[in-house]
Amino acid sequence: MQAIRLIDVRRFVLALALALGFAPVAGLAVDIAQFKVAKGAVYLERGGKRMPAYVGTHLQATDVVVTGADGAAGITFIDNSLLSVGPNSVLQIERYAFNSTTHEGVFDTTLSRGTLSMVSGKIAKQSPDAVKVRTPSSILGVRGTEFLVRVAE
Amino acid sequence: MHRRYLGPLAALLVLGGCATSQDLVVLLPDKDGKVGKVFVRNPKGDATLDTAYAAARTSGGGVKRDTASRDEVKDVFGSALTAMPPRPISFTLYFESGTDEFTDQSKQEVKRVLAEMARRQAPEITVIGHTDQVGPDPTNDALSLQRAERVKSILVGMGIPPTRILTAGRGRREPLVRTADGVSEPRNRRVEISVR
Repeated sequence: MQAIRLIDVRRFVLALALALGFAPVAGLAVDIAQFKVAKGAVYLERGGKRMPAYVGTHLQATDVVVTGADGAAGITFIDNSLLSVGPNSVLQIERYAFNSTTHEGVFDTTLSRGTLSMVSGKIAKQSPDAVKVRTPSSILGVRGTEFLVRVAE
Repeated sequence: MHRRYLGPLAALLVLGGCATSQDLVVLLPDKDGKVGKVFVRNPKGDATLDTAYAAARTSGGGVKRDTASRDEVKDVFGSALTAMPPRPISFTLYFESGTDEFTDQSKQEVKRVLAEMARRQAPEITVIGHTDQVGPDPTNDALSLQRAERVKSILVGMGIPPTRILTAGRGRREPLVRTADGVSEPRNRRVEISVR
């Protein structure tokens, strides 16, 4: 009984979202990237919960990637942006949106700690100011294409 | 009551102190040797990086423009760089005129797509339809997406899991061959498969 009611509620919320003109994208979490490399301790934090990340694990906007002292991870986004983090890193995807027809979008990340390597993809090519990387003290505007960032405390 | 706010306040002060984290930003040449551009800014300064190995260093608040040596890049970023995912690769498919049949050359190209997927960890593809410059945007957007969806169903029939395939209709925005408006150009009516 309980399970059926839950499904009904979800359906209702989805129907409501559609009726109000939101694409399902706005209401439901969407996969925007995938781990292609995971070495050592690599974690994904979502909604305050931490779970181990593996090759093939999907990422969503606002996820946080955390690596341990022996950790490193490589991630490919649906706009073909590539990024990787080295050991002892904390990287949050703040905002991500990509329109595969127009290539418009936004891509904001924050590196709180550690090292980041990035190759910008179709979003940066289409909209020069759409890709930003923040650190605790600075903000980077990315016009392309390949760059590295280290944040040391 | 007041005590409750002391914790967050102390955390804020500590964060404020940390806001002078020592950042290093380095611009790299891409695989063709070309260099992009990155702006680095904080409340006390800014720098534009637009040459290979140009670097910005922040400490004590400002932004200092500098150059990074290859050794420093290897020392600091070696682990991150070796964890970079492989570059995406694109394949282009054409159809026999007016049909859903791939040309013979494109059939070979499909085999290369499958081989490329087999080489990769957790491979995914985006099937992207493109049109020529005949007709308005909305029509071409729909047409290019339809063609991408058809190719997706062909690939699913060949055994690629549908969950690994995204489709996109790029319409007339990305012609392979530049033509005037209204020109029917078979080389622009194509489907691209990006493997990542």
